[in-house]
Amino acid sequence: MSQIEKNSSLWSYANPRKFLATTERVMPFLWGAALICLVVGLVWGFFFTPDDYRQGSTVKIIYLHVPAALMAINAWMMMLVASLIWLVRRHHVSALAARAAGPVGAVMTVIALVTGAIWGQPMWGTWWAWDPRLTSFLILFLFYLGYMALWEAIEDPDTAADLTGVLCLVGSVFAVLSRYAVNFWNQGLHQGASLSMDAEENVADVFYIPLLVCIAGFVLLFIALVFYRTGTEIRARRIRALLARERAGA
Amino acid sequence: MMPDLGKYADTVLTAYAASILLLAVLVAASLWRGRRMRAEMDTLEARMRRDG
Repeated sequence: MSQIEKNSSLWSYANPRKFLATTERVMPFLWGAALICLVVGLVWGFFFTPDDYRQGSTVKIIYLHVPAALMAINAWMMMLVASLIWLVRRHHVSALAARAAGPVGAVMTVIALVTGAIWGQPMWGTWWAWDPRLTSFLILFLFYLGYMALWEAIEDPDTAADLTGVLCLVGSVFAVLSRYAVNFWNQGLHQGASLSMDAEENVADVFYIPLLVCIAGFVLLFIALVFYRTGTEIRARRIRALLARERAGA
Repeated sequence: MMPDLGKYADTVLTAYAASILLLAVLVAASLWRGRRMRAEMDTLEARMRRDG
């Protein structure tokens, strides 16, 4: 492989310096685009969409609940891919990116659970039900907590990356289950997917377009946070290495 | 120009307030730790350069 090919390859971002230099250039655009999409989507959804004929104004919660739930599952999937890259190719940046995404995914899961409970109280008559999707989401949240705790509990970062990578593989079952539970488990309270490529009846356009803008905002915010937090993890790792070198030299 | 949220006003406003608060805390905590690590690394690198 030539030097030019190496430099333009995706793997070149496994170099922490190149990762930091590249992400620092794109960060202002990512933060800006995320903020614009979130403000436009949420203001549009909150102020300029009508009430639903059955749900009333609670339909406006869709602009927070659906993007957060989508990101809760996809954050875990991103962590799975990054963990696999670490386990197979031993690129530290990918392990740190998975670590950086953990708290972001956990917060997205909490938002999905909280907004779902707040919506469920007037619509279902209960804050919580042991419904397949709700339960698999709660288990996914517990996996997020376990994942973050495992990173903190193990001193050696490579061992922590190995073990959290394995935990990520196991947790993927629940991430997939959370995504598809509504399709193959019909006994729950939770309705079918709001957004689907093959659904005969999707949400009406008047709700759908601002929802897409909100989803774009959540995706961009997730990318911005993961890039920024990965940079922080890279620096924290470098600090540990410098302190170890200083101690060895003393 | 607050929209009329009817009898579900509390429900909708609570959902928005909780979500925006959670997102704000996440962003603020990320930025705070990021700045702290950056400053710590700069100080450490400067000290190591000075001490050779």
